[in-house]
Amino acid sequence: MKKLLLTTAALALSTGFAMADTVRLGTEGAYPPYNFINDKGEVDGFERELGDELCKRAALTCEWVTNDWDSIIPNLVSGNYDVIIAGMSITDERDEVIDFTQNYTLPDPSAYLAASAGVDVKTGVIAAQTGTIQASFVAESGATLVEYATPEETVAAVRNGEADAVLADRAFLAPIADDDAALELLEQMELIGGGVGLGLRESDTELKATLDGAIKSMKDDGTLNAMIDKWDIGLTF
Amino acid sequence: MSCFQTVQDYALRSIGIGERLLPRDNFTLCDQITLIGSGMIWNIYFGAFALLTGFMLATAVALGKASPNPLLRKPSEWFIFVFRGSPLFIQFFFAYFFFLSLKMVSPFFGVLTSAWLGALIVLFLNTAAYSGEIFYGALRSIPKGDVEAADAYGFSGLARFRRIIWPTMLRLAWPAYTNEAIFLFHATTLVFFSGFPVWQQRGDALYYAKYFADKTFNPFVPYPILAGYFILLTLGVITCFGLINRYLNRHLPQEARRRLKIRMNMIR
Amino acid sequence: MFSFCSDPAALDGLNWLSCYLTTTKHMQLYYAVATVLLLLAITAPTALAFGFGGAMAARSHLLPVRWFGKSYISVVRGVPDIAFFLFFVIALDQGFEWMRHQVLCPDWDQPVRQGNDFVVCQAAKLPLGSAPQWVHETYGFFLAVLTFAIVFGAFAANVMFGAMRAVPRAQMETAEAYGMTRSQSFWRILVPQMWVYALPGLSNLWMVLIKATPLLFLLGVEDIVYWARELGGTANPRFTEYPHGDWRMWYFLGLMVFYLGITRVSEVFLEKLMRKLSHGQATTGGESQRKAAA
Repeated sequence: MKKLLLTTAALALSTGFAMADTVRLGTEGAYPPYNFINDKGEVDGFERELGDELCKRAALTCEWVTNDWDSIIPNLVSGNYDVIIAGMSITDERDEVIDFTQNYTLPDPSAYLAASAGVDVKTGVIAAQTGTIQASFVAESGATLVEYATPEETVAAVRNGEADAVLADRAFLAPIADDDAALELLEQMELIGGGVGLGLRESDTELKATLDGAIKSMKDDGTLNAMIDKWDIGLTF
Repeated sequence: MSCFQTVQDYALRSIGIGERLLPRDNFTLCDQITLIGSGMIWNIYFGAFALLTGFMLATAVALGKASPNPLLRKPSEWFIFVFRGSPLFIQFFFAYFFFLSLKMVSPFFGVLTSAWLGALIVLFLNTAAYSGEIFYGALRSIPKGDVEAADAYGFSGLARFRRIIWPTMLRLAWPAYTNEAIFLFHATTLVFFSGFPVWQQRGDALYYAKYFADKTFNPFVPYPILAGYFILLTLGVITCFGLINRYLNRHLPQEARRRLKIRMNMIR
Repeated sequence: MFSFCSDPAALDGLNWLSCYLTTTKHMQLYYAVATVLLLLAITAPTALAFGFGGAMAARSHLLPVRWFGKSYISVVRGVPDIAFFLFFVIALDQGFEWMRHQVLCPDWDQPVRQGNDFVVCQAAKLPLGSAPQWVHETYGFFLAVLTFAIVFGAFAANVMFGAMRAVPRAQMETAEAYGMTRSQSFWRILVPQMWVYALPGLSNLWMVLIKATPLLFLLGVEDIVYWARELGGTANPRFTEYPHGDWRMWYFLGLMVFYLGITRVSEVFLEKLMRKLSHGQATTGGESQRKAAA
């Protein structure tokens, strides 16, 4: 009897998603520790672990898809996957086009990685990835912005002296600074963006509610904080 | 803000004149058309200069490849093979890498790492290789009679080349060369897309189209605008080259002047 | 891959390299090489078919068909392929889903466009939401092939349109004199002979097609360039068992050799084909073959 009940519950849950049997999670796969491709060629990182846990809690079957950062939102609204889980900060302009769940990281200040501590970030040459909130920030700050297509190239630009510093999420830059003695993080940080959330189509209200609930439960029982600590993402809730 | 104001602010934004900040919200069609049009300045600049400079080298390479002397022939063959055989973006990657290492040696070379010169050099070499192959093909198909007639009239050496061989080669190669020019202009979109960094948001048409696609999350407006600009540019190139073609064939009787057909059997 | 690869940190030299080059991630690079070759093999005949159709349309006696053919050729050729790829695949995908939506869900009452969202009924989704990953990948691959074929079909149409006009007029007149109908003379005389005129242009097109494959990632297919970037980028010891610096240069060098390789092979093959096609043709090539044989 108990078993039967469980199945019906599962059925009731899944009928809500009869429309979406498999939930496809879209990520970039080039932004460690949030998401990256590991030696096995699979999506790995903080968001992989988080996404799998969320799917387990919400009783969803999930599948991982990688997509180029530039077209990650157009492909979501066009229905090629159902959720963006790619370290995407919640911003007003993005929020106009897609919906976000509640944030699963606290706003992480963006940091500068530079070759020397004496860089003046207000007047120097600052590298950023094209199309990121950091690029918009530098464009407005008065520093000379130089944009590269990939995160890898922005760091390379500092290594080879093309730029004085690179502005990116602290969690992305910290392991690089640890690994390379020639580079260091500046004291100054910039608070841009409002934490990272899952991006969904505005019409997918049901899925949004489910995932919101799952994130809430992970926040409540502390599993989310443990994950944030494990991957060194930043402040905990 | 009126459209006129937008044009004033942004028509020359791609070369750093006008408003410093790009529009950030309420993107109008006028914004998009103006800024993407502004970016076309770079595409035209790269295309036109690479074409002009590449033309000279292409002639030299074609002559080199047709030369019986292996010291001239082998390098020309390899030059054409390497630049025609590898994707342009790999050439950009290596060029940027190479220019950076030159910069380490001496800051004198620093200017090479900026797109206006560095990317121009790559495009110049690239188009020289493609046009060189086209010119080489044309050289081989110059009617034997023309050369013999030149010999009979006592032309030799440079005079024969300048008066007979070179003009004939151009006439034969022109349709294919027009196509090469069109492709070169298209290839200029790769410069900032996957080659050189963009400084202070001064990019080409594709850069601004991407900027808008990125801000509005709607690819269906900026990219068709970009496509429209390029169709216009292509038409312009065809017209220009058609005029030159008429000039090259001015000696022929009216009906024998083959109109420049964009069929070209040697497209790139 | 190999049994001694269990602890990469302890390895060095060739052992390390042999383990490194056989990680699953590298396997995906090698797999991507096969994908690219497969794409080329499928796209080439498809683009040829598009080109043939386009050229026939441009020669049509019906004005609308001719206009369609000519505008297809000139519009697609006028646009840089990157710009085309950046929005066309999404449009194509939405177009397919919209058509299926109209057929499969006639009683759907919500609008397809809800604000920015493009929403079709679940049954119209391509591929279906329940489909396994490989179906999605195959569908993406199919879209990429179709997009490439449409773009390169326009160029091929242009070449073939010219080639059809280059077939000597006398040949067609002879066909008419023998009492062949328009379609007979087209299929029996024009088509077999046009290839020799089209081949130089088509072989150039093939070379361009090879070099356009790095744009595949824009179409959502993970191609060799994607993996080369991914593998060549600095590998931080925290995220991999095989840390290394910025090795993109070596990977790109490998790619360059790969591309030069297929270019060379194609050149040799096309040269042979040209010689075969020229046989017995009234061109300089055919003439010199005749002389050499005599």
